Amino acid sequence: MLGEGILKGMAETARNFVGSYFSAERMTTVEYPEERIAPIEAARVFPFLVYDTENWEAGLRCVACQICEKECPPKCIFIEKSKDKKPDAIGKPQFYPTRFDIDISVCMSCQICVEVCPFEAIKMDNVFELATDDRFGGLLLDRKELAKSNEYYHGIHPTEAARVDARLAAEKVKADAKSTAAVVASAVKGAERPAPPAAGGV
Amino acid sequence: MIVWMDQFFVLLRNWLVGFLPVSLQGFAGVLLSVVTIVLLFPALFALAVWLERKGLGRMQNRLGPNRVGPFGLLQPIADGIKSLTKEDIVPLSADAPVHFLAPVVLVVAVFMGFAVLPMGRNMVLVDMDAGLLFYFAMGASTELAVFMAGWSSRNKYSLLGAMRAVAQMISYEVVLLLSSVAVVMISGSLSLTKIVEAQNHYTWGLPHWYIFTPWGLAGFIMYAIAATAETNRSPFDLPEGESELVAGYHTEYSGFKFALFFLGEYLAMFSISGLGSTLFLGGWSAPFSFLTWVPSWIWFFSKLMLSVFVFIWMRGTLPRLRQDQLMNFAWKFVLPFTLLNLMVTALWRFMGEGWERWVVCSAILVVVYVVMARVSLYKEHIRPRRYRYAD
Repeated sequence: MLGEGILKGMAETARNFVGSYFSAERMTTVEYPEERIAPIEAARVFPFLVYDTENWEAGLRCVACQICEKECPPKCIFIEKSKDKKPDAIGKPQFYPTRFDIDISVCMSCQICVEVCPFEAIKMDNVFELATDDRFGGLLLDRKELAKSNEYYHGIHPTEAARVDARLAAEKVKADAKSTAAVVASAVKGAERPAPPAAGGV
Repeated sequence: MIVWMDQFFVLLRNWLVGFLPVSLQGFAGVLLSVVTIVLLFPALFALAVWLERKGLGRMQNRLGPNRVGPFGLLQPIADGIKSLTKEDIVPLSADAPVHFLAPVVLVVAVFMGFAVLPMGRNMVLVDMDAGLLFYFAMGASTELAVFMAGWSSRNKYSLLGAMRAVAQMISYEVVLLLSSVAVVMISGSLSLTKIVEAQNHYTWGLPHWYIFTPWGLAGFIMYAIAATAETNRSPFDLPEGESELVAGYHTEYSGFKFALFFLGEYLAMFSISGLGSTLFLGGWSAPFSFLTWVPSWIWFFSKLMLSVFVFIWMRGTLPRLRQDQLMNFAWKFVLPFTLLNLMVTALWRFMGEGWERWVVCSAILVVVYVVMARVSLYKEHIRPRRYRYAD
């Protein structure tokens, strides 16, 4: 019958109207500045740099390889590579960034820098209240502002951070085994005469 | 005391006017009433906007405005200040005088309608013999304002919106008028005060409102549909359909001119609700005979606000129609049914008192409603489209 659907719809909205005054679970609104909900684990806003030890400068995982700078679609990353090498967290001498800036007014939060980084050095943060009245300096984050500890990373993305840590540990074990093997090999090499290469072009 | 409460505003006006010399009294009395109407309805508009935003929010399980003042009650004031301080932009290619005049004409035409509405016992600005006719004449001139706005803006969206608005308003104006004619046929008068008087008597404590008769109920439903379309309210808000036409005929209006359009829309809603309650819901008369001690103006305004709430309720429920659906509905269903209702009203008038006319009139209306809904709004079953030429 014509009009039946309209009456049904009106009843539905009336139920909403009255129900919203009596049942709290109907109201999904979070009144943001006063009320907040915990961000979900996969939330991402802008990238940050992970460091391992107590000292943020020495512990930065970044080796200034500049892959992220080249891959960044809106070109919001600026890196200056150091001239010298410095031991990283493991003690291996590495280059390090003397400057690492991210312009978050340009960044589009695509996470490509995170995906291309071979050193797990750059990760996505979930801090979003970054409004500032200084639209140039305030939105250009330098490496000190970007550096956040691995514990912080564990705090915001626990699952992902655990996976990353496991991978790094495995890699370290592998690298250690390799280096001991290399040490052993070179020791062996030092003892014997190296064999001439196999006769390739007679 | 009861009379004093009922006639409070009339007595207040007479008392104030009494301070002036006799030669000026007539003019001053009218002026005072006009100023009251011009101030009261915009105030009601502010309240209605707040109600609408709150009500719609609640219907969608949201909170609605709650930041400005307690329960967001000061929101209309904030909106008013905002629209007053905004820059008034007139497009370069617009027809400036017409562009300026359109909102003014709209608001003036809408305000004119209030002149003949009886808002309480003895509370009518001009007690015209042809009040209903005057009302419709004024209501029709809002179409002119809408088209002026759309045409003078020189914007395709404005023009499309205005074309839609005019097509829609003219189609539904016919229905609006014909559904009111039924009331005129029974009450025998075009004067709105006489129409209210005709409904203001009781049997067993219940009023003789026209909505409580078969033809009155049918007429009221048709009137409500036409009124919704006439005021461009959802689900008939095609002229300003945000999703397709930016804002329709007032796309190129900003600042206070936009606010005037907004005001005009709500005032039209009030006045058409007021007319609807005058014609079918007994105007200022009380719903039960034991409630007649409540001042008449309270009844009028509560009926008006109730109608406004129904408008809001419908807006919260129904999606917008398409232009062809709108036109089909007007010409293929609402108009024929209203014409039939006229005949049923005549039958009711000449069958005399008694239960027979109740049965006959109701039966005709219900049967025709069911049949017409099936026949006139019948659509072919939609099948997957076959592309004959692409095979």
